[in-house]
Amino acid sequence: MRIAIASGKGGTGKTTLAVNLATLLADEGVKVRLLDADVEEPDCHLFLHPSAVTSTPVSVPLPVVDEARCTACRVCAEACAFKAITLVGSTVLVFPELCHSCGACSLLCPESAIREEGRDTGSVETGTVSTPSGHFTLVTGLLNVGEAKAVPVTKATLATAGGADVVLIDAPPGTSCPVIESVRGSDLVVLVTEPTPFGLNDLRLAVEMVRALGLPAVVAVNRMGIGDDRVQRYCAEESLDVVLELPNDRRIAEAYARGELLVDALPDLRAELRAAWKRIAVAAESAEVTA
Amino acid sequence: MTEPRELVVISGKGGTGKTSVVAAFAALAGGAVLADCDVDAADLYLVLDPDVGPPHDFSGRQQAIIDPAACTACGRCAEVCRFAAVLGGGADGYTVDPIACEGCGLCLRVCPRDAVGMGPVINGAWMLSETRFGPLVHARLGVAEDNSGKLVTLVRKEARETALRRGLPLVIVDGSPGIGCPVIASLAGADLVLAVTEPTVSGRHDLERVLQVVRQFRLPFAVIVNKADLNAPLAATIAAETTAQGALFVTTIDYDPSVTRAQVEGVDVITYGGRAAAATTEAWEAVREAFGRELVSVPATEERVES
Repeated sequence: MRIAIASGKGGTGKTTLAVNLATLLADEGVKVRLLDADVEEPDCHLFLHPSAVTSTPVSVPLPVVDEARCTACRVCAEACAFKAITLVGSTVLVFPELCHSCGACSLLCPESAIREEGRDTGSVETGTVSTPSGHFTLVTGLLNVGEAKAVPVTKATLATAGGADVVLIDAPPGTSCPVIESVRGSDLVVLVTEPTPFGLNDLRLAVEMVRALGLPAVVAVNRMGIGDDRVQRYCAEESLDVVLELPNDRRIAEAYARGELLVDALPDLRAELRAAWKRIAVAAESAEVTA
Repeated sequence: MTEPRELVVISGKGGTGKTSVVAAFAALAGGAVLADCDVDAADLYLVLDPDVGPPHDFSGRQQAIIDPAACTACGRCAEVCRFAAVLGGGADGYTVDPIACEGCGLCLRVCPRDAVGMGPVINGAWMLSETRFGPLVHARLGVAEDNSGKLVTLVRKEARETALRRGLPLVIVDGSPGIGCPVIASLAGADLVLAVTEPTVSGRHDLERVLQVVRQFRLPFAVIVNKADLNAPLAATIAAETTAQGALFVTTIDYDPSVTRAQVEGVDVITYGGRAAAATTEAWEAVREAFGRELVSVPATEERVES
């Protein structure tokens, strides 16, 4: 079962839900794998402290020009839709930051003067997290600082999804390309929001996104009581199941601030998280049946 | 006309209060152009109640289109596509997945039957709207769309041109969370980058990463710690780390429920009043003073990134 945890708005509690659910399930003997797909700002490890971490670089193909063979025919520059390869006089210049690694230049070069070499843009870190009576695997996608394109690192992180009964994915905020890569292929998306106008606006966008992708979704509302009831009314109108309501409790915010798991700092919340997981699992299974 | 100056507000981590701070600064600045560059989740208009201007289409890329009449289903396009964007095969021929296609056009170049064409994709819209504090340039990115970086660049350009046209001295940019393409697109050429963070382990970690990007651009930066009383020792650590990096530590703002109440009422925190209003006013005075004096450029750790 593959569950993505996403949100339109940032800072609503995606990571909180992901790290606590993974810990709770692993503790109950479920074979869990948590993928931190927020590769720009991955934070799960700050709460989980994985050990025995191994790192695999993520590289993207980048054209390299053999000047001895190049006849400055300009075919590569004309083929590149991203202006990532160009000619200045008879010298070919490549701009790595603009390259989408589509392979057009190397394939179309009539002199076979362009080959591709890997360029590292991030890494995938795999480690083991110990819980009081179990353990699970945390996979963290990490985009190198200064790199603009998150998607190759997201894809490499998602490619490690196999080999577990439950795969949880902590997606980045928003609705654009890195988010889509993170949620695609999931059985269910849990959209985390807060009951505020910003939370509602961004939830609407996230719901539009999952519907465009044809993915079933449920909602988790964090900081209940902080704003108004428009998020609940919207969920009722749109027939979206609300699987969890976490209160606006300062103790939760303070535990999070210190980097503590809620299941440790506020054990009272375990029952609520366990009930939320049951609703998530049921929704994911019924979605599978419908599909 | 002097060049307008540009203040870019970012955070690293999402949900730290960027948009609430920007709306408050708009109220305090009295005549800045506002640019909402969080195009994935453009929320600034919700507290500024603008008279929304007409939408202008934004096309950030081209997309391949296969003509089913000309396609012989040879499959060459699907073979060369690195984005798994060519779907189908067999008797039904091939189609292009509009979400996966990045518009490289390689399929068009290898098709032996000229069955592939390219067409622009309308993947968003931008508007020039009027708020009680000044013009607002904002946008919406089509859901499941790429190219948020290009839309950010467009929103900044329109905001700057509006400032020049109207003789306004300042552009305030509400940026995106993260460190990727929309953030990089919002940074180049900024006069001051202001990071709004929170005293949480993730707020600190994400700030550190985004400030590395800012340093690569050799831009001066300043930091506000919002909701500081959630973890006062960590707020103090972040303040010390900011100063140690040669950046301006602006101030702390304590958690105040009136920030959310203002949002529910659809107004900024200054108009609403409350404890956060006073702290945010203090922050604005410090940022304005920073603009007034020669800002010390931050030493770069690595080569500047072109993007």
